[in-house]
Parts: sequence; structure tokens; C-alpha cells
Amino acid sequence: MAEGSVEQAHVHAPPEGFLRKYVFSLDHKVIGKQYYALGLVAVFTGMILSWVMRIHLVWPAAKIPGLELLSKVGAPGGVITPEYYLSLMTMHGTLMVFFVLTNAPFAAFGNYFLPIQIGAEDMAFPRFNMMSFWVTFVAWVVLMLAFIIPDGPPISGWTSYAPLSAVGKDAGPGMQWGMSLWGLSIAIFCIGSLLGALNFIATTLDLRAKGMTLMRMPLCTWAWFITSCIALLAFAVLLPACILLVLDRHAGTSFFVPGGLVISDRLQPHSGGSPLLWQHLFWFFGHPEVYIAILPSMGIVSHILINSMRKPLLSSKVVIYSMMSIGFLSYMVWGHHMFLSGMNPMSALAFSFPTLTITIPATVLTLIWLGSLYGANIQINSASLFALGFISMFVAGGVSGFFLAQPSIDIYLHATYFVVGHFHMVMGVASLFGVFAGTYFWFPKMAGRMMSEPLGKLHFWITFIGTYCIFMPFHYLGLIGNVRRYQSFVDDFMAPYIGWHKFITIAALITGAAQFIFLYNLIHSRFKGKPAPENPWNATSLEWSIPSPPPWNNFGDKHPIVYHDPYQYGVKGSKGDFVMQDSPEQVVPASGD
Amino acid sequence: MSSTIASTVNSQATALPTPQRVAAPAALAYGRKERVSTSGIWVGVFAITMSFAAFSSALFVREGTSDWGHLTLPSVLYVNTLVLLVSSLTLESARRALAADPSENLEGTRKASAWVLITLLLGLAFCAGQFHAWQELRAEGIYLATNPNSSFFYLLTFLHALHVFVGILVLVYLAGRLMASHTTFRRSLFDNTAVYWHFMGVLWVYLLLLCRMKL
Repeated sequence: MAEGSVEQAHVHAPPEGFLRKYVFSLDHKVIGKQYYALGLVAVFTGMILSWVMRIHLVWPAAKIPGLELLSKVGAPGGVITPEYYLSLMTMHGTLMVFFVLTNAPFAAFGNYFLPIQIGAEDMAFPRFNMMSFWVTFVAWVVLMLAFIIPDGPPISGWTSYAPLSAVGKDAGPGMQWGMSLWGLSIAIFCIGSLLGALNFIATTLDLRAKGMTLMRMPLCTWAWFITSCIALLAFAVLLPACILLVLDRHAGTSFFVPGGLVISDRLQPHSGGSPLLWQHLFWFFGHPEVYIAILPSMGIVSHILINSMRKPLLSSKVVIYSMMSIGFLSYMVWGHHMFLSGMNPMSALAFSFPTLTITIPATVLTLIWLGSLYGANIQINSASLFALGFISMFVAGGVSGFFLAQPSIDIYLHATYFVVGHFHMVMGVASLFGVFAGTYFWFPKMAGRMMSEPLGKLHFWITFIGTYCIFMPFHYLGLIGNVRRYQSFVDDFMAPYIGWHKFITIAALITGAAQFIFLYNLIHSRFKGKPAPENPWNATSLEWSIPSPPPWNNFGDKHPIVYHDPYQYGVKGSKGDFVMQDSPEQVVPASGD
Repeated sequence: MSSTIASTVNSQATALPTPQRVAAPAALAYGRKERVSTSGIWVGVFAITMSFAAFSSALFVREGTSDWGHLTLPSVLYVNTLVLLVSSLTLESARRALAADPSENLEGTRKASAWVLITLLLGLAFCAGQFHAWQELRAEGIYLATNPNSSFFYLLTFLHALHVFVGILVLVYLAGRLMASHTTFRRSLFDNTAVYWHFMGVLWVYLLLLCRMKL
């Protein structure tokens, strides 16, 4: 009887059969890994696209082998046409922003570790969870279809500005069916993300173990929780925007297309729509999206740094409040993407002010990390190196935000490589550093095996130096006046600076190649790595209290009870200098002897 | 929740309770499951609100442009409104009948299932009424793409009706469970369906006012 009741208490039965175990799994851990795998496929696709673009930028006549197979029209003989450059750029941006930066730090790690870290057996709604992954997967398939259709992918960029995104084939190659696939894919992606966010919120609110108060949640759990709140609002706005876009394209409505618009010598059959409406809706999603990408990494990095320093941060509470205020402010700043859209200068000022205000919590976070690192005896391994690298990227990429936030300076810098450098460092690479740190840190738990440390360090140093070599020059090129989204600079006023571009391209090729070290390390360690103990990093949070890899129901038939704040390091415990969250030992601060 | 567990941050002086790892009783998980679906439905309601807020702001932006006209709403909409609001009352009656008699006593269940069936019929009547309103406009030659006003009207009413339809599917399931003998189901499912259904009523009143004043 007792056994029966415990069995009933499980959220779902133990999985049986290949499909239930690995494909349509209800287990949050499998779903987390599925998200990670999808992110991995997307990130390597996106990276190879960026290689192709970089090569084309500096050697526009170069024949890139194999490219003709992808598109005979777009790359005749392997030489990219200007239009196809834009197609590749659109796909690079869309894959990276949606399928990598949203999936990997948030959906992948969040799915795997949020329930475990709060002592839950699974997510609140396992079926919704499975659906959210498979819906996202369908979105990816729909997007990738754009490569196959004769039309090719859209040339609109990942922001797909109206009216060109809303009028069809007159707007250029890829703008007929490619653009429709893009709109459909993103709409589907929104549904998947909404389901995911709903699940994260309900799980965090209701499934915490006994004793796991909100303030006892690890910082990465907090980051995922705050991110899910942001995602819920953001994707709930992008979805209507995509619906309106698809209606304009296929149902003849005029939400975004103004009257009397002539494109490719053809009068468009629309009237009265507002192209700016798309920008407002898109950026109302788009700016919070930046924080959807980076907040989880902030949480992951804090979690890992504390473990490597063997002492808590100066203040965990302030970290939580700072992340909350970043999340809140992210909704008031979307107009800073539109300073040059012809908006009232007073509105620009109104958007500039909260944008600059965001730098306050961001600076507070940075100071807490740096202040905690001061005098700390940090253990250097691949995970902590990437965590430190994150801080470096976040600061280096974030500082240029001060400039861009001011309308008067933005008039000059708008749509230049300065902006591209800014967001690649702070949103792209910094978030990915969080993902790398998380991978090296949690791989032992996820796979039950250790990753290779020498390879991890090699991966770090090439990536770290390479990233600076790529994106720092972007800022200078932007200051010179190098406009983004141009397919070539060899024969215009930027020609004298082609050497810079060549340097960037070579750095990108090397840095990209280093990612294959990571991939090798990941796959090799998965099968041949040294078996991982339960708690290889002597960490305190609940994920380290269960076997590596965890059983299907995480904690078995036991329900953990939490006695401590998440980061009891530098204290005396029976296992050394730390006390785990579910350990009933009394905590004696090390300094309080 | 954590009342029995002493905070250990500065707890040198605080004695801890005897630690124990216990297997959770089924009832605990049961209670949690109810809480989870309640949180879930409110978060969902919040997300839907946000989406319609986005549509509304799109409408406010579009309203300022030159080709904004006027749309006379089909009068059947007011009847539909009444139907939907009454259906909220009937579903609430069902919920209360069940709450007043939660035992397996047949009386409460029978009353509840009757009320749910009435709600279901009213919900279907609402959808049919909305469909009639669209037909009426089409007969006048007003389609989705005719003008911005009609675009917004069809879009908002269709998306709302779609959400109502999802509610109807859940009501069908509920009615089935109530009428089958010897079944148990979670009360939270009933309560949360009611929350969703009432929200559909509130959302509709908002959309009607919006269409009435702006279109």
C-alpha cells in the first residue's frame, strides 16, 4: 500500500520503449538534452554560414566548394550573389537568436536543472514540456525548408522589417515563400516558447521541495525563473506580430504596408498600413529577447563562480534584485532600436533614459562578480575560465551600449559594424560563454562522465582571444562608417580597410575551427570520458546530491528536504569546506572559530 | 511551508529539528498537482491578455492612419454577449453544486453535469452566433481585407472564438467525466476551467467595447 501511494506520487510513470525514452519523452532531462542538441545543430549551421559570409566579404569572387549544391541561383559556381549573401545573413541571425541563444542557455539547461535544483521530480506539465520541444523542432524544420525551396531564404535579416517583409516576391529573392516560411517558423517558435515559459513559472512557484524557499533557490534557478517571466511577455507579443505579418502577406490585409507603395516598379495592392507598427511590435519582443539570451548565462556564471571561489558572492540578494530590474526595464527600452525611424526626438529621449538606467543593475552585477573575485582563491578549470570569460565579454560588449543608448551618438553609429560588434559580444558571445561554462560544469551530471580539461582549456583560450580579434575591430570599423549588411567592401570607400576585414575573417575561421575541439570533446567524453562521481566539484546545490546521470525520477522515491541557503561554501562540514543544501548538518562559518 | 525548518544562515544558536528524509505521501503530490494547474491557468490567462494587448496596441497605431473607416457591428453580437455571460453563470452554478456536495453523492454530481451541459450548449451557441455575425458582414460584402476596420474585427473575433472553442473542448471532457459513473477527477480541473471560461467572458466584453468604440 505504501509503495502504491509512492508510485502514485510520481508525475509520470517510468518511461518504457525507445520512443518514450528518447523521442517523445516526458522526462525534463531528456527534453533538456533535446533542446541542447537542437541548439548544437543550429549553432554549427549558423557558424558555418558566418564563415561563408566572412569569406565572401573579403574575397567576393571566391568559389566556395559545395555551396552550389545549396543554391544554383544564389551561388552559381560557388560564388555568392549579393542577394544570397543577405539570405545567408538572415538565416544566420534567425538560427542564432532563436534556436541557439533562446534554446541553449534557457530551454536546455533550464529544463534539465531547474526541476532538480528545486528538488522536484519533473516539470509542472510534462506533456506541455514535450510539446514545447517538438513545436520548437517543427519551427526549426520550417525555417530550414527555406534553404531547399527554389526561392531560397528571405533577404530580410532576422528583424524582417516591414513593408518589404510584407509584400511578397516584388521585394526580392526569397521574399515570396522564404519569407512566409520565416514568418510561420517564428510564429510556431513563439508557441513553443510560451508553453515552455508557462511550465518554468508554474514549476518554480509550486514544485519546490520542503524547505526550498524562494530565497534558497540557486542563482541560476532564479535567472531561469526571471527569464521565463520575460519570455512569457515577449513571445506573447511576437506571436501577434507574426500573425499580422502572415495576414498581410497572404490574406491581403494592410497592417504594415502603406498605400501607394511602389516596389520593383509595381504598385502594391495595399493601403494605409504602418511599417513602424512592425518595428514597435518586433522590438517590444526583440529587446527583452536580448535578456532572455543573457540572463540565464548570468545565473549560470554566478553559480559556477561561487563554486570555483569556494565562497558566496558579496550578495546573492542583490544579484537577484538586479536581474529582476533588468527584466523589468527590458520592457521600456524597445524604442532605442528605432531612434532613426523618424520618431519624435522626445520619444527618443524617453527611450534613452531607461536604456541608460539598465546599465545600473548591469554594473551592480559586474561589481558584485568582480568584488567577490577580489582576493578569492579561484580554482581554474574550463568551466570557471568560461565564467570569467563571460564577465570579460559582458563588460567589453556592454560598454559600447552606453554610446548606442544616446540618440545623438546613435545617429552616427546606427546600422554600422559598431552595433554588430556590440550585440555579438554582449548578447551572442557572452551568452554562449555562459553555455560553454554550463556545459563544462554540468556535463558530468548530464552524461555521467567528465569532459577533457586540457581540451576545454585549449577551447577556451582560442575562443576567448579569437572572439576579441573578431569583434573588437568591428567597433573600429563601425566608427569609420562601415555599414552593416553590405555584401562587399572591396570597391567602395571602405576599400582601404579591407585588411581589417581580412584579419577578422581569418580570426573567425580559426575561432570557428576551435569549436570543433569542443564538439569532439563533447562527443568523445560522452562515450570515453572518465566516469563522473556524484559531486565532482564539491558543489552544494541539489543536482549534486543525486547520481550522475540522475535516474528518471531524479530523487528516487525520496523527497529532498532543504536546510540551507544554496551557497554554503567556506564553512565547516563533514565533507570539507561546504555543506550541501539538503544536508542536515549545522553550519559553522569558517571564520567564526 | 518551511516553518519547521530553521534558517541556518546565522544559526549557530538555533537548534535544528531532527533531520529526516521521508517518502512523500500521495496526498502531498495530489495537493501540489492542484496548485500547479491553478498557477498554470493564471499564467496562461496572463499570456493571452498580453497577446490581446499587443493586438489592441496595433489597432491604436493603425487607427491613426488615413484609410481608417467605420464598421457597424452586426447586432447579433449583443445577443452573443448575453449568451456568453449567462454561460459563465451556469458554469459557476455547476462549480458551486459540486463544491457544496463534494462527496460521491449523486445529487451534487447530477446537478453539476446538468449545468455543465447547459454551459456547453451556450458556448456552442456563442460560437454559432459569432459565425452568424461574420456571415452577415460577408453578405454586405465586407471581408477580412476590405478595410483595416474589418481586418481587425475578423481577426479579434476569430482569435477569441478560437480560445472559446478550446474551452468548449475542455467542457466536453468535463461533462464526460461527470456523467461517467465511478470516476474521480481533480476539482482543480473544474475550478481552472471556470477561471478560463470567465476570463473568456471578460475578454469578450473588452473586445466588444474596443470594436464598438474604435472600429
